[in-house]
Amino acid sequence: MSIRLALAGNPNCGKTTMFNDLTGATQYVGNWPGVTVEKKEGKFKGDKEVLITDLPGIYSLSPYTLEEVVARDYLVNEKPQAIMNLVDASNIERNLYLTTQLLEMGIPVVIALNMMDIVKKRGDVIDVKKLSQELGVPVVETAAIKGEGTRELVEAAKKAAKAGNAPAKRAFEGTIENAVTEIEKLIADVTEPAQRRWFAVKLFERDSKVQARFTLGKDVQDKIEKLITAVEEELDDDAESIITDARYQYIGKLVKDCVKKKKTGLSTSDKIDHIVTNRILALPIFALIMWLVYYVSVSTAGGIFTDWANDGVFGEGWHLFTIGAADYEEATAEYDDQITRRDAWLEAADEAGIDTSALTEQLEAEEADETAIADAAAAIEADPAAASVVGTAEFEDEDSGEVTTEDVNLATFEETMTAAEPDPADFGVWVPGIPVLLEKLFHSMGVNEDGWVYSLVMDGIVAGVGAVLGFVPQMLILFFFLAILEDCGYMARVAFIMDRIFRKFGLSGKSFIPMLIGSGCGVPAVMASRTIEQERDRRMTIMTTCFVPCGAKLPIIAMFAGAFFGGSGTIAFSAYVLGVLSIIISGIMLKKFKIFTGDPAPFVMELPSYHVPTAGNVFRSMWERGSSFIKKAGTVILLSTIFMWFTLGYGWEGGAFCAVSDIDNSIMARIGSVIAPIFTLPGFGTWKSTVAAISGLVAKENVVATFGQLYHFVGEVAEDGSEIWGELAADFTQVGAYAFMAFNLLCAPCFAAMGAIKREMNNGKWTALAIGYMCVYAYVVSTIIYQIGGLITGELTFGVGTVVAIAFIALIIFLLFRKPAKADSTEGLRRMSVDAN
Amino acid sequence: MSNLRHTPVGATVTVRKIEGEGATRRRIMDMGITRGAEIYVRKVAPLGDPVEITVRGYELSLRKADAEMIQVD
Repeated sequence: MSIRLALAGNPNCGKTTMFNDLTGATQYVGNWPGVTVEKKEGKFKGDKEVLITDLPGIYSLSPYTLEEVVARDYLVNEKPQAIMNLVDASNIERNLYLTTQLLEMGIPVVIALNMMDIVKKRGDVIDVKKLSQELGVPVVETAAIKGEGTRELVEAAKKAAKAGNAPAKRAFEGTIENAVTEIEKLIADVTEPAQRRWFAVKLFERDSKVQARFTLGKDVQDKIEKLITAVEEELDDDAESIITDARYQYIGKLVKDCVKKKKTGLSTSDKIDHIVTNRILALPIFALIMWLVYYVSVSTAGGIFTDWANDGVFGEGWHLFTIGAADYEEATAEYDDQITRRDAWLEAADEAGIDTSALTEQLEAEEADETAIADAAAAIEADPAAASVVGTAEFEDEDSGEVTTEDVNLATFEETMTAAEPDPADFGVWVPGIPVLLEKLFHSMGVNEDGWVYSLVMDGIVAGVGAVLGFVPQMLILFFFLAILEDCGYMARVAFIMDRIFRKFGLSGKSFIPMLIGSGCGVPAVMASRTIEQERDRRMTIMTTCFVPCGAKLPIIAMFAGAFFGGSGTIAFSAYVLGVLSIIISGIMLKKFKIFTGDPAPFVMELPSYHVPTAGNVFRSMWERGSSFIKKAGTVILLSTIFMWFTLGYGWEGGAFCAVSDIDNSIMARIGSVIAPIFTLPGFGTWKSTVAAISGLVAKENVVATFGQLYHFVGEVAEDGSEIWGELAADFTQVGAYAFMAFNLLCAPCFAAMGAIKREMNNGKWTALAIGYMCVYAYVVSTIIYQIGGLITGELTFGVGTVVAIAFIALIIFLLFRKPAKADSTEGLRRMSVDAN
Repeated sequence: MSNLRHTPVGATVTVRKIEGEGATRRRIMDMGITRGAEIYVRKVAPLGDPVEITVRGYELSLRKADAEMIQVD
């Protein structure tokens, strides 16, 4: 018969380490039904019959936080056979506070006195035997970090579960005890004997959730209220405080009896903290750590791995352990030099009156025809004037920017024509990318390369999912750092240092990290919001963090800055200003809405002692977050990319539905034409810009590529789309272009980020709300930019659009300065989130 | 009698009463700030808020607005 055990304890007491040690690889990570609180379950390593449920880390069993409600509902309704209560021995007073509440639940309890090694190192002594006697439950000494005592703990819990004896009732002092006992009698017929004590204490505290649980008669309610009021009057305090005080007083006595503290000076943790959160040094140290995290996970290692994933695994292929990569690069550079010489000579030949057009045409053709090239080259070489042609090839040194020149004569030209483009597979150990492998597989299976199956897999699924999975390595690196910051205790200090700034916008100090990461990629940024405990702050962070221009939005900015503003750096800078302003404005506006009001999440936060992070915890945390993104976000992304592939690639051509050769005939073009009028107000009501914006949902940099396709540019456009700047300039005015750019920067992020949002919100309604908000906000901002900007530059005259824009401005000002909505009750927010599913 | 907001850094005070209501008040008490508890004000964050205190042998940070609810002497 299986035994169900619950693992309960404060945050930062080593519970995660303990749970990992107990269950090993058998963990199942999910969510508690209907809420965003993580639920972990696993089988005990030493005995598969023992199922362990990890309760959220909590300080109390009050009705005010989601985690606490989840934990107590589980204990009351699911009745595990025993509770393993993890107590941080180095912080015993506050940890035992939860214990006093767990002891009342009518479930056998075993206490694990964790971090005893720290206690001993400090020179403190805890009389474990006496503690066990006084509390009336078994106490086991453990050091989860070293895996010590965990087996004994489970054995003790199994024994307690089999015996099934609930802890002995602990009496409160005098009048309180009398009142609680009276309440117990009053609820005797609606409660089980084991749980009666717990409910009586909660009713005494006027716990609204327990009150709502029972349908007590009016007379019983009145009697209970009378009992409470009598005690309150006698002790001159409210019931909640009376119970809390009584618990801490009891613990105070208990600790005095069982713990001998050695007076010591500053601990190592204190010394670290003295420097790290020092009034002067705190901010520079903070900036340094953040820069380091950003630099490694976004700029350097992250960038390298993302390139590897995108261009290697989901591209042509890569060199295993980079063996041969350097040789290949050298060969490529040599080849490029030869091409430069060739082109220089051809240019000189052209100037000398030799007809080179046949050759250049062949060289630029999409499918190279070797014989045609050779023929055309031979024809040029045969020209009598060719022998005297000397071209000048220019080479620019990448590092120094120094330009060197070299003369190219006919002999050199002839030599360049024999140069072959190096094949990466000839160098070192070459691993082909997934698309290449699939192509081979399809080829061997005889799948038609023009058929829809081939197109769906290669252009739809591999391209789309690849674009998303390409971010996974970068995310893992980032999660690695986040796990270290969390595990060592610095994350709490981040909130401590940054709280003052961010709470003004309804965000948390910890929102800083997602925002910073967001400038690299929105996906890990949204995932990083997990470190924010307060649900309200977390949701708000998720809703605003994608406003920061991410790496994929840079090509859009570069294209518009280049095509309309002469490549001005001010435009790029203004994009970041726009992003940051949007976060601030949104934060202030949103926090006044009813769904975000309610009792502000109390910022009463423990600053745990610093300690060296354990490799096990860090890697496990990194992997959990990474894999949950792949799993949950993957499904959304897969479906969306298939949809985009279909609507962009299929349509009506020549009166029949088929795969279209011209994007103008695609389904998406039709959808674009239908939607386009909506964007008249922000100034880009053409179907082309609509389609480009929609294609940005797959990946933002697609906006540039799609414009390339829409303007029928043959071949692939450069990253900033410089080839199509002319056409763009014809379609947009400066103001219109800026408005369109702003819209693309602020509206719904790419599918990958939306997948991450869905994963983190864990709630369809909130996901829709977040994405809807971004789109509406982007629309409003771009309309204001276009209409008011157009009026200033004289492109537009005063009209309906101007009125709408002014109305939008008025609305924003109103939302910024209005009084915040009042919440129904102090727990309105929490209740809503529980009912949301 | 004063409140924790105005207690200078480095001072040790005793809690008299917790004002206010609801979740924040309960959280403050759950964290061990109850009548008679000793509080040592360790430091103020670099930007002037929140404050860090030691209570019942561990470190806790709370905003000045919340510290105002805690009557001490």
